Amino acid sequence: MTTTDMPQATSDDAAGRAEPMIRLDKLTKRYRGQSRAAVDQVTMEMPRGEIVVLVGPSGCGKTTTMELINRLIEPTSGRIYLDGEDVTTSDPDALRRRIGYVIQQIGLFPHFTVAENIGVVPKLLGWTKQRIGNRVDELLDLVGLDPSDYRGRYPKELSGGQRQRIGVARALAADPPVMLMDEPFGAIDPITRERLQNEFLRLQQQVKKTIVFVTHDVDEAIKLGDRIAILSEQSHIAQYDTPENILSNPASAYVEDFIGSGASLKRLNLSRVRDIELATDCPTARLDDELPEVRRRLVESDWSALLLLDERGRPQRWVNARDLDRTSVDLRTAGLPAVATVEPHATLSDALNEMLTSSAGAAIVVDRSGSYQGLIDFDTVMVTAKSIKRDSTEYYRAAKLSGAETAG
Amino acid sequence: MTTSTPTETTEPQTGPEPAEDTADVGATAVRRTRRKLVLRWMGMPALLALAFGALYLWVSGQELDSIEKRTLNASALTQRVIEHLQLAAVSTLIVIVIAIPLGILATRRSARYVAPVLLALGNLGQAIPSFGLITIVVLLAGVGFKSVVFGLVAYSALPILRNTMVGLQQVDQTLVKSARGMGMSPMKTLLRVELPLAVPVVLAGVRTALILNVGTATLATFFGVKALGYVIFQGIQLDRTPVLIVGAVMASGLALLVDYLAGVVEELLTPRGL
Repeated sequence: MTTTDMPQATSDDAAGRAEPMIRLDKLTKRYRGQSRAAVDQVTMEMPRGEIVVLVGPSGCGKTTTMELINRLIEPTSGRIYLDGEDVTTSDPDALRRRIGYVIQQIGLFPHFTVAENIGVVPKLLGWTKQRIGNRVDELLDLVGLDPSDYRGRYPKELSGGQRQRIGVARALAADPPVMLMDEPFGAIDPITRERLQNEFLRLQQQVKKTIVFVTHDVDEAIKLGDRIAILSEQSHIAQYDTPENILSNPASAYVEDFIGSGASLKRLNLSRVRDIELATDCPTARLDDELPEVRRRLVESDWSALLLLDERGRPQRWVNARDLDRTSVDLRTAGLPAVATVEPHATLSDALNEMLTSSAGAAIVVDRSGSYQGLIDFDTVMVTAKSIKRDSTEYYRAAKLSGAETAG
Repeated sequence: MTTSTPTETTEPQTGPEPAEDTADVGATAVRRTRRKLVLRWMGMPALLALAFGALYLWVSGQELDSIEKRTLNASALTQRVIEHLQLAAVSTLIVIVIAIPLGILATRRSARYVAPVLLALGNLGQAIPSFGLITIVVLLAGVGFKSVVFGLVAYSALPILRNTMVGLQQVDQTLVKSARGMGMSPMKTLLRVELPLAVPVVLAGVRTALILNVGTATLATFFGVKALGYVIFQGIQLDRTPVLIVGAVMASGLALLVDYLAGVVEELLTPRGL
């Protein structure tokens, strides 16, 4: 972690920094006949290329705040700046074509094919058929759906996860710099959601959009957000900071209450397997290696078990000395199956989860083709969790100090 | 990817979905219903051909007197059918042109207040018995084609008006929001999203109006347009059973045929994917 991850103090030192992609200035929405504003003077900056998550209890105004950005709801007062340009009174339709938009129900048009759905905004922008067609195929590839198979399908011929992917592809169609996503994974079963979240993060690494993401799920916020704004009523910002800092130093009892008691466990969502050093000294052998050779390797190591890999280096079985001493040993069935595998992308929380469910005591790290990279054990996870807390606490104190200096 | 099972790691790009199978089943189901549709489309014409065929054979077997012959000959009957269809078609077209735009208007945010007024007028038109309604029009404007059409229009406006409104109101508002959020103007949203999705309901209204008009057009004989009502009325007045039966069967058969054709059009015009 470096100091660039630090939250930027509010706009008083704006001169020295790049213009944020989105800037909201005292944005307010007051509905007619209501004395209280639904969104009250929200001022915030969303930096380029980051995922900013708006999270808060239902009715806190997070969706309203998002819809103020693309002016589906017109603000009562305040200004909206997109890439430095004041768009508060510009043509709303033109503005929205520059902003990708995904809602919880996805909102794919049932009478449009997948290709037509993705092509909506390019068509509005007057692209040629040829260019739209190419873009559609490119995007389908990007979200991992085979263009020739899916281009001509109707939404009802897709599963929930596929619809969600098309929704994201549609929002990306005209390559807008900004995307607004309103609980896009809300209505999807937990297993698919997990996978889509990971895909979404991988996609974001490629496209580097500025994304405003609304959710009520604090775990999702921690997992996806580069920055999280925890909102209370009337969209008041209770804390706007990196997930690390919010978990380590909740700004108020409200924030603490909202992130809940599992904060130390949640912190494991912040580190990824690839960020920590793997144990690589575990003895391994191939399934087709000679038995005496396998025995020798196990004996010569400090380990009590050896990992057997197949011809492509993929983990297959765990065997210990006793398994190898039996009279007739078939390496393909000896010992226990090698379960609890994780990829470098996975969070430590995922790794821990794998360990606990498989009771293996260690998770096997494999690359994307499934071949063995190393091991990660329980102790490593715990040590890392503690050090994240220590680091972020220190940074947070430093930030507060420097903030106090600028203010004074 | 967090956890990885062998299948996922071997082809991570395709991201296999557990529900993919059901999606394919969905596609096959669409194909199957198309086949069923064709079967259903054959049923009604076959039935009508049978009925008309039987009627023709029966009438040909009868000794017709001169009075009957004057009504029951090909050219006279064709003329009656044409008159009948003209009444129904013209009045339905006029209703479509008037009621669909009004229905759209009544569902726009800025003109919501007109909805109750329009519905009240439509209800009024339908609540008055059709015979009475046309009589009133004829009393005001005299007998003739135009008066009858006017009466039919007033009588059949409600189904199209109401169905247009309901059809537009039942469009999933998240789709409208989605369209607006992507930068479609209100007019584009109406034309490309709301109306296509309302088509099945609107067409059901058009079909109802058309059937009402085909049915009610039999009354036109009392107001100066012969149509098929004339044949029935002659049968009753002159006490000629064959004439009465031919008029009745043709009027009913025509109504069924029109309803059938409207149904086919309805299915053809319903956007795919719905």
